[in-house]
Amino acid sequence: MELAEEKLGEHHLDEKEVVDVVVRFAGDSGDGMQLAGGNFTDSTALYGNDLSTFPDFPAEIRAPVGSTFGVSAFQIHFGMDDVTTAGDALDVLVAMNPAALVTNVGNLVAGGLLIVDSGAFTAKNLAKAKYQSNPIEDGALDAFRVLDINISKQVLAAVEAFGIGHKAGLRCKNMWTLGLVLWLFDRDRKATIENLRTKFANKPDIAEANVAALNAGHAYGETAELPAGIHIYKVPKAKVAPGTYRNVTGSTALAWGLIAGSKLANIEMLFATYPITPASNLLHELVNRKEFGINTFQAEDEIAAVCAAIGASFAGSLGVTSSAGPGIALKAEGIALAAATELPLVVVNTQRGGPSTGLPTKTEQSDLNMALFGRHADTPVPVIATSTSTDCFEVAIEAVRLATKYMTPVMLLSDGYLANAAEPWKIPDVDSLTPFPVQHYTDAKDFKPSLRDDTTHARVWAKPGTPGLEHRIGGIERSFETGDISYDPDNHQKMTALRQAKIAAIADDIPLQEVVLGSESGKLAVVGWGSTFGAIHQAVKRARREGLDVSHIQVRYLSPLPKNLGELLGNFEKIMVPEMNTGQFINLIRAEYLIDADGLNKVAGQPFKIGEILAAIHEIFAVLGRQP
Amino acid sequence: MNQAPVELTKLTLKDYTSNQEVRWCPGCGDYAILKTIQKLMPELDRPREKQVFISGIGCASRFPYYMNTYGFHTIHGRAPPIATGVKLANPDLDVWVITGDGDGFSIGGNHMLHVLRRNVDLQILLFNNEIYGLTKGQYSPTSRTGTRSPSSPQGSIDFPLSPCEVALGSGGTFIARSIDTEAKHLSAVVRRAYDHKGTSFVEILQNCPIYNDGIFEQVKDKKISADFKVELEHGEPLIFGKERGKGIRLNRQNLTLEVIDLNKDDADEPLIHDETNKVLAQMLATMSAPELPVAVGVIYREDRATYDDVSRQQVATARNAKASLRELLHSGHTWVVD
Repeated sequence: MELAEEKLGEHHLDEKEVVDVVVRFAGDSGDGMQLAGGNFTDSTALYGNDLSTFPDFPAEIRAPVGSTFGVSAFQIHFGMDDVTTAGDALDVLVAMNPAALVTNVGNLVAGGLLIVDSGAFTAKNLAKAKYQSNPIEDGALDAFRVLDINISKQVLAAVEAFGIGHKAGLRCKNMWTLGLVLWLFDRDRKATIENLRTKFANKPDIAEANVAALNAGHAYGETAELPAGIHIYKVPKAKVAPGTYRNVTGSTALAWGLIAGSKLANIEMLFATYPITPASNLLHELVNRKEFGINTFQAEDEIAAVCAAIGASFAGSLGVTSSAGPGIALKAEGIALAAATELPLVVVNTQRGGPSTGLPTKTEQSDLNMALFGRHADTPVPVIATSTSTDCFEVAIEAVRLATKYMTPVMLLSDGYLANAAEPWKIPDVDSLTPFPVQHYTDAKDFKPSLRDDTTHARVWAKPGTPGLEHRIGGIERSFETGDISYDPDNHQKMTALRQAKIAAIADDIPLQEVVLGSESGKLAVVGWGSTFGAIHQAVKRARREGLDVSHIQVRYLSPLPKNLGELLGNFEKIMVPEMNTGQFINLIRAEYLIDADGLNKVAGQPFKIGEILAAIHEIFAVLGRQP
Repeated sequence: MNQAPVELTKLTLKDYTSNQEVRWCPGCGDYAILKTIQKLMPELDRPREKQVFISGIGCASRFPYYMNTYGFHTIHGRAPPIATGVKLANPDLDVWVITGDGDGFSIGGNHMLHVLRRNVDLQILLFNNEIYGLTKGQYSPTSRTGTRSPSSPQGSIDFPLSPCEVALGSGGTFIARSIDTEAKHLSAVVRRAYDHKGTSFVEILQNCPIYNDGIFEQVKDKKISADFKVELEHGEPLIFGKERGKGIRLNRQNLTLEVIDLNKDDADEPLIHDETNKVLAQMLATMSAPELPVAVGVIYREDRATYDDVSRQQVATARNAKASLRELLHSGHTWVVD
């Protein structure tokens, strides 16, 4: 299907109370937009809104100042209803310079609020953004409520007393701006002040200058005479289930899920990896969690990383490796070794735009084919996907469970959006999680490495160091009977079938596919996997409010697929599959179930908008409506 | 470990021989190496289940199948990182890497340099036959320039690398060389490699009778070898030759090693081997015919903290039996919804 977008027809800022708002902080890479956004997120969570964030930063670490490709942005969508995407269009845009304005203003709704630092709209910066004249003055921004403030000047005045100098003073601009936006939405400054004092614990004057800037921005909102239509907006608290909540990014939740998995399996873990965007945060989180006995290994390359993980698994620990697409490609031979020797291994792929280096900091779902088929020979491995930042916790535990129970590599698909996006998480009760302790084999009587569990067909896990169990394993085909090298043709046939059957049988050990929203049969099912969850969910919800018979199905288990998925899909007249690739999952379900389906494909490095999926739903219903 | 000492006294070469049929070509140097290692094993005074042999791909890499210990025949070039993972997971194991010149220095060259610089406590035995055996005779990264092979009918163009020099340059802490059929020498060198804490790198000159027969004949043929190799002993003079009539000295003018005739009246004193001297080690590792004899024995050794020790220490220091997942999940800003 053609990708089209429907405007959602919302226009919030005329009222004093609004149900949800999308705010985007945009500035230079060095302007501290991620820090401002992160702190705004904390305050918003504490205020009690539901939220979803989208940090959107350039691949360049320190791009030239004022350049359009150096713009770093942080988007947050918050409201009183359930929020599952970072929002389609912006209600509020903070633009710290012309480059941030020119790259983002197209997404600001008419009547939206635009806060600009007029101090940064110099001739030089305007030229870098290719503005012929200053948009603040030439009427180009007439469609918006514009709040142009010389923030640079304001902030320097606010921090003057701290004597930190001009350059360090200007670096407090983000906090001044944050102070203003916190005022705008009636948010508390306390969390930010605490964060600043912790962050700059070693530089108290910098901490206090930032606090002063924050307070000055807030005071500006209170005291300055703002243009008509700009005032405090109230966003009522969300109605959410009782419990203790926190904000969490996908990376953090995934790391914690791996720790939880290793605890539930009662096994040590070696996390072996090689730095790559956007997967590295997983390493950064786990390297700080050694108190749980987690060890990490930064290998010389992706191949060494997967191999070290396999070595750890051979030795009786759980090997986990992680990367993004290009790195996963390098790990393919190692994954096949683990599959052939039947050792547990968890492989996390935080997908990004490709092919090749592609778009390292942008998101995509285009490694599904590689996850399913990207190895030499007939080498099936379970593939599971996480669909939200908080879902990462549960899916990581499930990956550990499957890997250790079935003695197999497991591919876990996340993506760049989920890795960096934060959302509130109702903290699960870890004591209620079901343990699945690993049993290493120790019985020397009649031992051979080819022994298997009767029900799972998993090979025994006999770790080096166990007396009487000395044995050899390897990549050369192994005899079904003894585990020794075997070139016997019938044996290879048997072992190939065994590998297939073992993975296929996992379908009996995973939940049946459920419908997230809507009924189990009807006119249209929108079927997603991975991070498309949020946008699909909102679009289906809106369509159902319009009275359309549409359901949302989100698939976690991609291989093997849930046993009832084919039957479930068959209950619908139409199936639509939105994916951030050119149609990989749709091919899978067509091949598996001979079901026709419409694909909706977006590969722009950005998540789907709700309006894009809603437009596709409307298009399908327009066709359905024309049919007799 | 339980009852191990009693059992150990009984173990022999046979106990370290697996039930697998050895499938190297007749006359292959690998047979001699296998026998030497199997014979050495009982002398190491360690329970058999603590020994783990990890290999990559190639003729040499079949080695673990023939050892009645734990073994893992992995993928081409990747034995060092797999061995690193094993050692990090269980430092109580004795981990051996068996590799060849193609496996260790062509496809696996990157891993070799990193395992050496990290100084993971492993023994790496490099079977160097200067040729690709398993793929049927193509030149390898250690083949001498001009080697005629199925992939270089006009002679190979590549300049060969010297394994011991690369190991030194990579920051290796134990570097030695020996010869496949010199059982006594090989056994002694491997024993010292085993005793060294850190990555021990042993280059074993190994004859491939099928594709590169006789390439090390000068140092292997008992009739002539005394003139073509010098056996290094820490603290002993560098003397070689049939009648031990030749020595090696440092030419102070051009900082190179040269051979001296010890029978001449005005001959200098030969150099004394100091295996802790890296500059000397560099020169010894480089020595080759025709100007100089090939050095065998321990070329270099130094004591340095091992990667696995420090890595485990970091975990041990941070490890907290009371670490609570619940507390981790509740750390930072949280809020309660009633």
